[in-house]
Amino acid sequence: MGGLATLWPFVAQMNPDASTIAAGAPIEVDLAPIAEGQDIKVFWRGKPVYISHRTKKQIDEARKVPVSSLPDPQSDEARVKEGHDQWLVVIGICTHLGCIPIAHEGNYDGFFCPCHGSQYDSSGRIRQGPAPANLPVPPYQFVSDSKIQIG
Amino acid sequence: MSGPSDYQPTNPALKWIERRLPIMGLVHSSFVAYPTPRNLNYWWTFGAILSVMLGLQILTGVILAMHYTPEATMAFKSVESIVRDVNYGWLLRNMHASGASMFFLAVYIHMFRGLYYGSYKEPREILWILGVIIYLLMMATGFMGYVLPWGQMSFWGATVITNLFSAVPYFGDSIVTLLWGGYSVGNPTLNRFFSLHYLLPFVIAGVVVLHIWALHVAGQNNPAGVEAKTEKDTVPFTPYATIKDAFGISCFMLLYAWFIFYMPNYLGDSDNYIVANPGVTPAHIVPEWYYLPFYAILRSIPNKLAGVTAMFSAILILAFLPWLDTAKTKSSKYRPLAKQFFWIFVVVCVLLGYLGAQPPEGIYVIVGRILTFCYFAYFLILLPLLSRIEKPRTVPNSIADDVLAKAGSKSAPMVSTVIALAIAGALFAGSAQNARAEEQEAPPSQKWSFSGPVGKYDRGSLQRGLKVYKEVCSACHSLNYIAFRNLADPGGPGYSGAQAKAFAEEYKIKDGPNDQGEMFERPGRPADYFPSPFPNEQAARAANGGANPPDLSLITKARSYERGFPMFVVDFFSQFQETGPNYVNAILQGFEDKPPAGVSIPEGSYYNKYFPGHAIKMPKPLNDGQVTFDDGSPATVAQYAKDVTAFLMWAAEPHMEARKRLGLQVFVFLILFTGLLYFTKKKVWADAH
Repeated sequence: MGGLATLWPFVAQMNPDASTIAAGAPIEVDLAPIAEGQDIKVFWRGKPVYISHRTKKQIDEARKVPVSSLPDPQSDEARVKEGHDQWLVVIGICTHLGCIPIAHEGNYDGFFCPCHGSQYDSSGRIRQGPAPANLPVPPYQFVSDSKIQIG
Repeated sequence: MSGPSDYQPTNPALKWIERRLPIMGLVHSSFVAYPTPRNLNYWWTFGAILSVMLGLQILTGVILAMHYTPEATMAFKSVESIVRDVNYGWLLRNMHASGASMFFLAVYIHMFRGLYYGSYKEPREILWILGVIIYLLMMATGFMGYVLPWGQMSFWGATVITNLFSAVPYFGDSIVTLLWGGYSVGNPTLNRFFSLHYLLPFVIAGVVVLHIWALHVAGQNNPAGVEAKTEKDTVPFTPYATIKDAFGISCFMLLYAWFIFYMPNYLGDSDNYIVANPGVTPAHIVPEWYYLPFYAILRSIPNKLAGVTAMFSAILILAFLPWLDTAKTKSSKYRPLAKQFFWIFVVVCVLLGYLGAQPPEGIYVIVGRILTFCYFAYFLILLPLLSRIEKPRTVPNSIADDVLAKAGSKSAPMVSTVIALAIAGALFAGSAQNARAEEQEAPPSQKWSFSGPVGKYDRGSLQRGLKVYKEVCSACHSLNYIAFRNLADPGGPGYSGAQAKAFAEEYKIKDGPNDQGEMFERPGRPADYFPSPFPNEQAARAANGGANPPDLSLITKARSYERGFPMFVVDFFSQFQETGPNYVNAILQGFEDKPPAGVSIPEGSYYNKYFPGHAIKMPKPLNDGQVTFDDGSPATVAQYAKDVTAFLMWAAEPHMEARKRLGLQVFVFLILFTGLLYFTKKKVWADAH
């Protein structure tokens, strides 16, 4: 018991320290400058977050696919905020081994990971390749119609 | 380590010590009187080679740590200052970086030798398992060491490898956060990797002691695979094994020196000369060559958890080898089937290594799956099966019999295996370079004065190149790692100290704050570095249509192109390593006003024949007559491009001339020394054969 308790600080010290956690506080992003069909990459907690202003075509493509046919079934509606369907916010880290997928590439009008060839669709869902899961959606909310807070 | 020693010192002082700490007796019984089988071949010298390599890695590593800064914003720069400013820093860094590759090369040969001659069989199971532990520790150490220079490959290699642990069910993400000490690979990760990279070699050294201890308890295996029984079967370690090992080490040093002095970047990746950038993933993330077979196994399995499990199993399966292969006959020499399958297995490993460097698409994935199956089948199906069905040939009665029988037929198969291994090794090592497959024309090879084993920079060309940089390139591109003082360094453009000083004074350098707390401008001094054209990256991007003009200090090392098979094998022998200069030179001349039919270039980009993807943000920088030379050299784009490329090659490697000069001296010495050792060895062994 005592041995385990002594061991704990030696393991716990490896976790993110106080300053790292503080630097991971929520950030606000202004969406106004992002034109339709464009996307931007912001960094939150050292991770790239893609914010895509999707076109009508991209949204339709993402919603046409039968959810059950996906490797990691999730509907497009569940991955965006209601009433803000054009905005896709995902963490741009491939769920395979952590590379950064390139936006607007691949066969699904979404993201393509250059490392091991995973392809994500316009909803950031995995469609092809070794990655097991969809690109995660970070916690965020709309502060106003043209501003979001990530975190 | 092999029982009480009969060593009796005669000197009274030594006697006094020996009675209190019998250390000389230990050394004497382990490394002098220790009986070693008299039929050992040169594959057995790799144990000694590995000990030397471990010692050298620790020595160079401890010295490098005295100059290195484990901090994310300074690590890359501190490695550059080691190479540029520390006395013989370039030598120590090359020794350490190439040393890692040599260490792995030697360990693979050592392992394959154990596999071929059945060195893991009773009573050497623990010895073998300790070896597998050393190998695992080496992989961890090598990986963390590769992260320290903090280049693009360092960073992304670290990201990919640490993410392997995210495949663990339930706890995966927490484990990865724990490893990183943050939410992504960053400064805390670098710091702890440095700490562990410093620690682990000493752990390895500790396990090596156990490994040698176990070896000296069980005794060495030998090519015949029969245990030593009588005095006639063995020779004392010194002088027989000592001199043979010394000769083996010396030969190995020749190969090592070839990399240190002539091909320091052959095994590296050009992307690692670009400072780590968390926002950009290199097109192909390729680990160091010694991990490639396992990387290929990882990638050939479409499921993440299964892939990671397969990769680790591929290594751990080695520890179970003594119980998978239960054949009584140790040496494959007497196992006709096992021998053939052994060589097939070697080829499978080499091919897996080759695939590990290829992009994961098309035929490579399918072949990768077949080979992964073959890899595991060798251990799990083939070896257990062979132990049951194979009819081994008759094993000699004793080692002495084996030696006598061999005296007639000399070691012809040895030569063929050496050739086979050399080709396989070259293919394997070079495959690391095959990483980026681009379907586009390779830049034409130029004649460079600095190529080859005695190449030197052309002073006139460097001076002209400096002028081109100053008048054209410096408008957008920085040259951060070059100081004005470097212009007067030996092996450089050949200016005098006074000329460099005058050159520096033409620049305005920002300094301060002064006593009033304000920044001010002053004329440059030789110790100042070339100032950047832009205050920060954002300003540079804003002024250049969103693209950041790269710093040019390392550009000729940070750019490369695929040479392909078999050219990379030829390159190893011809010392060709000018892909960077060829590329830079080709880019500067590769602009075409109109893209060829069928190629569309986005707005704000320009067509360049040799730029990957062809759309470059840099407009054609050089035009005929733009810069005038004092020495009457033609004012043409071709001349400008060549000169500025030569200048940038010097900027990337200011000590190249010293490297090649010292290399020649080392080679002359090593060749003579190796020759002497060879004849001494012959003389010592004359009566033992």
